[in-house]
Amino acid sequence: MKGMSSIVKKTTQLLSGMIFLYGIYIITHGHLTPGGGFAGGTIIAASLIILVLAFGSDELTMVKRKEGSSVTESLAILAFLLFASLALIIGTNIFFHNYLPEGIIGNLISAGVIPLYNILVGIEVAAALFTIILAFIIYKEEISK
Amino acid sequence: MEIILSIVLIFMIIGALFALHARDLLSALISCGIVGYGLVICFLLLKAPDLAIVQIVVETITLIIMIAVVLDSTRHELKKTAIERKWKSLINSKALVNVLITVIIGIVLLYSFRLAITHLNPFGEHTLRMSEAYLYGGADKTGSANLVTGILFDFRGYDTFGEATILFTAAIGVLTVLRIKGRK
Repeated sequence: MKGMSSIVKKTTQLLSGMIFLYGIYIITHGHLTPGGGFAGGTIIAASLIILVLAFGSDELTMVKRKEGSSVTESLAILAFLLFASLALIIGTNIFFHNYLPEGIIGNLISAGVIPLYNILVGIEVAAALFTIILAFIIYKEEISK
Repeated sequence: MEIILSIVLIFMIIGALFALHARDLLSALISCGIVGYGLVICFLLLKAPDLAIVQIVVETITLIIMIAVVLDSTRHELKKTAIERKWKSLINSKALVNVLITVIIGIVLLYSFRLAITHLNPFGEHTLRMSEAYLYGGADKTGSANLVTGILFDFRGYDTFGEATILFTAAIGVLTVLRIKGRK
C-alpha cells in the first residue's frame, strides 16, 4: 500500500494522538458518561488505522505489529476472564460478581470492577480491529508480490 | 419526533435501494453509509447515546475498510452473462404478476401491523416489571452512574463476555482465512 501526500501525513501525526486520548477518555469514563469499552476501543483502533492508511505499509513493518496486536488481544480477553472468575474465589461464589467496593456514585473511581472490565474490553476491541485491518493489508502485500 | 424519524427511515430505505441498483461499487458503498448514519440519527432521536456512539464509530471504520478494498478492485459492474439476460427477460414477462403479489402482501402486512399496534401502549410508556427493577435499583446495586454500562457489565456480564469472545473469534477467523503460507 502506498502512503499519501506529506500534508495528509503531517495532519495525521497531529490528530492521531488526540483521537487516541479521546478513546482513552471514553473508556475510562464509561461508567459515568455514554460510551464504554466497545466505543472507546473502536476509536483507539481508528486512531491507529488512519496512521497506517496515511503512511502506507512501506515505512512501517506490518508483520511485527500484527503479531503484537494479536498477542495483546488474546491477553486482554484472558485477563477479562481472569477478573470475572476471580469473583469465584473472593466473596460470594458467583461468576461475574462485583466484588470490589462500590464507592460514591458519580466518582471516577467507583462502581467496583466495572471500570476494569471497561478498560480490558477496550484493549481487546482496539487490538482485534487493528489486527483485522493489518491482516487485510499484509494479505494484499503478499498477493501483489 | 415520529415525523422526523419517519423521514430519516424513508431516506435510509432510498439509500439501501440505490445501493442495490448502483452501477459503481463506490457509490453503492456511500449509499450504504446513508443507512448507517441514518441509524445514528434514529438512535439519537430515541435517546440512546451509548448506541449512537458505538454505531457512528463502527460505521466509519467499516466504511473506511470497505472503501480501501473497493479502490483496489474493479469498481464497475462486469457485463452480464447470457443466463442472466435470459432470466431478466423471463422476469420482465411476469412483471404484472410480481407487482400484484407484492401489493397484496404489502396490504396484508400493513393491516396486520395496524391491528397489532392499536393494542399496544405508546412507545416508551408502561415499562415492564423487569426493566423497572433495572431502572430504579440499578444505580444503587452496581454503583455505576451510567445505567447502560452497569447493566452490560454487571447484570449482563455473560453477554458482554460473549460479545468480546465473538470479536476475538472474528479476528482469529480473518487471520486464518487470509493466511497464504501454511503453518509447518
